[in-house]
Amino acid sequence: MDNFWDGFLLPAGIIVAQILLIVVPLLVAVAYLTYAERKVIAAMQMRLGPNVVGPFGLLQPIADGLKLLMKETIIPSGANRIVFLAAPMLTFILSLVAWAVIPFDYGMVLADINVGILYLFAISSLGVYGVVMAGWASNSKYPFLGALRSAAQMVSYEVSIGFVMITVLLLVGSLNLSDIVLAQQGGFWQWHWLPLLPMFVIFFISALAETNRAPFDLPEAEAELVAGYFSEYSSMSFGLFFLGEYANMILMSASTVILFLGGWLPPVDIAPFTWIPGPIWFCLKIALVLFGFLWVRATFPRYRYDQLMRLGWKVFLPFSLFWVVLTAGVLLAFDLVP
Amino acid sequence: MAFLDRSARSLLLTELLSGLRLTFSYMFRPKVTLNYPFEKGPLSPRFRGEHVLRRYPNGEERCIACKLCEAICPALAITIEAEPREDGSRRTTRYDIDMTKCIYCGLCQEACPVDAVVEGPNFEFATETREELYYNKEKLLANGDRWEPEIAANLAADAPYR
Repeated sequence: MDNFWDGFLLPAGIIVAQILLIVVPLLVAVAYLTYAERKVIAAMQMRLGPNVVGPFGLLQPIADGLKLLMKETIIPSGANRIVFLAAPMLTFILSLVAWAVIPFDYGMVLADINVGILYLFAISSLGVYGVVMAGWASNSKYPFLGALRSAAQMVSYEVSIGFVMITVLLLVGSLNLSDIVLAQQGGFWQWHWLPLLPMFVIFFISALAETNRAPFDLPEAEAELVAGYFSEYSSMSFGLFFLGEYANMILMSASTVILFLGGWLPPVDIAPFTWIPGPIWFCLKIALVLFGFLWVRATFPRYRYDQLMRLGWKVFLPFSLFWVVLTAGVLLAFDLVP
Repeated sequence: MAFLDRSARSLLLTELLSGLRLTFSYMFRPKVTLNYPFEKGPLSPRFRGEHVLRRYPNGEERCIACKLCEAICPALAITIEAEPREDGSRRTTRYDIDMTKCIYCGLCQEACPVDAVVEGPNFEFATETREELYYNKEKLLANGDRWEPEIAANLAADAPYR
């Protein structure tokens, strides 16, 4: 009995507690990301944004969530029920499982695996399945077209994201996310965004496309596709898509922070900055990148579909490939290979 | 040289960055929002809102059942029935306005010789059922009692232009 307790139940309990410790703040962050989005975009359009529910409208996301929960789940009669309901779950689960490898501080990571970045990349690639399943199972033309667009877009931009990750890996010499952060020690000029500035920009833009955010939000271009692949969804099945999409935004911001902005490291290695614990720096940096997401949405109009494909295949792909070769060449020529 | 110039501009994303700078600067400008249920915009004295039937200061209703408003109403929203009262004066027994038909043109107000039917300053009279928008004489007179101060002020303000 002791063996069962010590060998199985206790570790399992600890892992469940750790998972909850990640997932619950993440879901709260998702809720308040929607609030922040509305407030930031409102400010940029000289509006007020939500300000009625609670002080400064701070309870608005909770009211929105309750509204979604109360609504009826409508399943179209022509839809494939199982796939139709599995798709939002898949999207939501995939956006959560990726957080297993994200290091919040040195050693503060659920699964410290040595192929962390590959895992992250694999999970974010799988995200397209939720979209395709939703579009197909809805048995309706707008979701179908939205899903086609979304699949093509996510696959295209994943290629350049892959190359960007390779340049970072060349600099670091490890696939472990903690090692990638530790390789950037010594202040913000040591972070990878500076030596890899073009790659940083490409990664950020590709992250926008990967998460279907404006200006690449063609899959849900409301002017032509109603709401894209989740047109037929309602209630909490829609809510799961919504949560998954915003959790994905936070995830892509987190990977931007880890790859280019020094993860949990303080921007300067001197006293007042080093006092602040790593997870807080990490969250601040994520918030900064997320602000970038919202800022871009408030600024740029939506891309046309052919422009989107042109940018992905004819600009980003050759450019990032060139930078992979250049980085490798420079590292070899100056004998800097880690 | 022009080619270099153009390439440099597009590679350095200058236009995108200037766009971002513009939206960022807008973030700190004063908001133009009117916080509606708490703040309201100004209304002209000529604003044509919800109808009222007014009374004289002694409490006698103004309407003399001439039916000019009913005749001029382009939407046929007004229905009037009239007969002499016990004291011999001509009064309406029925004065209905179908607010769902009304187009708020203000012609009834223009037609009225005694300033009885007036479109007041109230525009917040949304209801949950259609039936509540079929106003009868009682409702219109109650509106008149409720909005009399505002309407009297508006009519006085607009009088020099008539």
